[in-house]
Amino acid sequence: MTRVAVIDYGIGNLHSAHKALCSVGADARLTRSVADIDAADAVVLPGVGNFGACIQALSDCGLTDASRSAALDGRPFLGICVGMQMLFDASDESPGVAGLGVISGKVTWLPAGVKRPQMQWNRLQLSADDPCLGTAHSESWMYFVHSLHAEPTDATVVVATVDYGGDVVAAVRQGAALAVQFHPEKSSPDGLVMLQRWVETLAAAA
Amino acid sequence: MKVARVIPCLDVDGGRVVKGTNFVGLRDAGDPVELAARYDSAGADELVFLDITASSDRRDTTLDMVREVASRVFIPFTVGGGIRQVDDARSLLGAGADKVSVNTAAVERPELISEIAAEFGDQCVVCAIDARRVGTGWEIYLHGGRTPTGIDAIEWAMTAVEHGAGELLVTSMDRDGTGDGFDHDLNAAITSRVNVPVIASGGVGTLQHLVDGIVHGGVDAVLAASIFHFGTHSIDEAKQALNAHGITVRPTPPPG
Repeated sequence: MTRVAVIDYGIGNLHSAHKALCSVGADARLTRSVADIDAADAVVLPGVGNFGACIQALSDCGLTDASRSAALDGRPFLGICVGMQMLFDASDESPGVAGLGVISGKVTWLPAGVKRPQMQWNRLQLSADDPCLGTAHSESWMYFVHSLHAEPTDATVVVATVDYGGDVVAAVRQGAALAVQFHPEKSSPDGLVMLQRWVETLAAAA
Repeated sequence: MKVARVIPCLDVDGGRVVKGTNFVGLRDAGDPVELAARYDSAGADELVFLDITASSDRRDTTLDMVREVASRVFIPFTVGGGIRQVDDARSLLGAGADKVSVNTAAVERPELISEIAAEFGDQCVVCAIDARRVGTGWEIYLHGGRTPTGIDAIEWAMTAVEHGAGELLVTSMDRDGTGDGFDHDLNAAITSRVNVPVIASGGVGTLQHLVDGIVHGGVDAVLAASIFHFGTHSIDEAKQALNAHGITVRPTPPPG
């Protein structure tokens, strides 16, 4: 069975992603060991709270390089919420703090005129069929909690958006990395279906 | 797109649901985990657990419950009741709660909100506000609505948000338990002054009350207990009622 490392860098509630992955049949382990992360077949980077605090916590745990490598080296990778945002170069939430720089672009505040955070379910609008998110015309609802959103330099990495005061990036793909702004682990049932498909793609790739 | 949320609230004491429920087919109506899982599959958008456990030595049972819920329920849930310091919040969030709801201790010491928000983020901190109509305004009451504070509820709502509350849970103590509907004036006074999501609570007796809460109170989410627990209405009926009035909701998932 493919081994999934869920990166544990000591912030907030990282257990939900782990439990949800286990519930869909993954051999997922929470870990803060570089060796475990390097040895895993697939890696998940969760994240909640403040961008700068998450980047700092990752660094304090000595996991910055292991996280960046996992997102770049062709192994299946899943970033969730701030775990998605950290893949970009920078965030307006924490000026001066460098992101992991895996995906070109920055993270900016949600547009004025909408409530912040967006704390609600929203319907994904897919730009194309996606092996994890479903066909372009399928309807899936995910739970969002965020005040900032990613703005990739290359718009072709965007695979899903939601309508929240305009189009807000909900999911991006670059290489083997999938990163989502929403919380699939808190979006029963559609989010669990997404995680299950992701786990199945790992098995197929193995 | 604003998508309204429908949130059942469960009162728990010593890890058991009190104010029983009469869901058909539940093996144990007092089991918070089974009830939460049932609401998850019925399409509830979130859950709120209000811990009314009085004695502190029984609070470990709440943490056990939170752990169990977190491993079986995959929608967001908030736990409130008796959170007096950051350590309390840390325990609950560490056990798997997505948000904590603070009330009395935050009124006594608003820095509690900023302390929790600084460590875990604004999105983790819900400020529960129990308000009672006094003259032309509303006053904050503590200890389940028994103790007046002299603090203006609208002012407090704004203060709580300034301190980092990411969401407000506003309960009308005048309406709570009456089945007469939300206090829309209270909710509108708050939603027009803050830019964070507001959950309306207290007084739901009919599906129309849920609709009115969104339309007249301008709230983002509606919370109810008895109409769901006693089977008066299902989550699906609530969502259909909202939808029929042009309010966008996440559709109830198909059974299975």
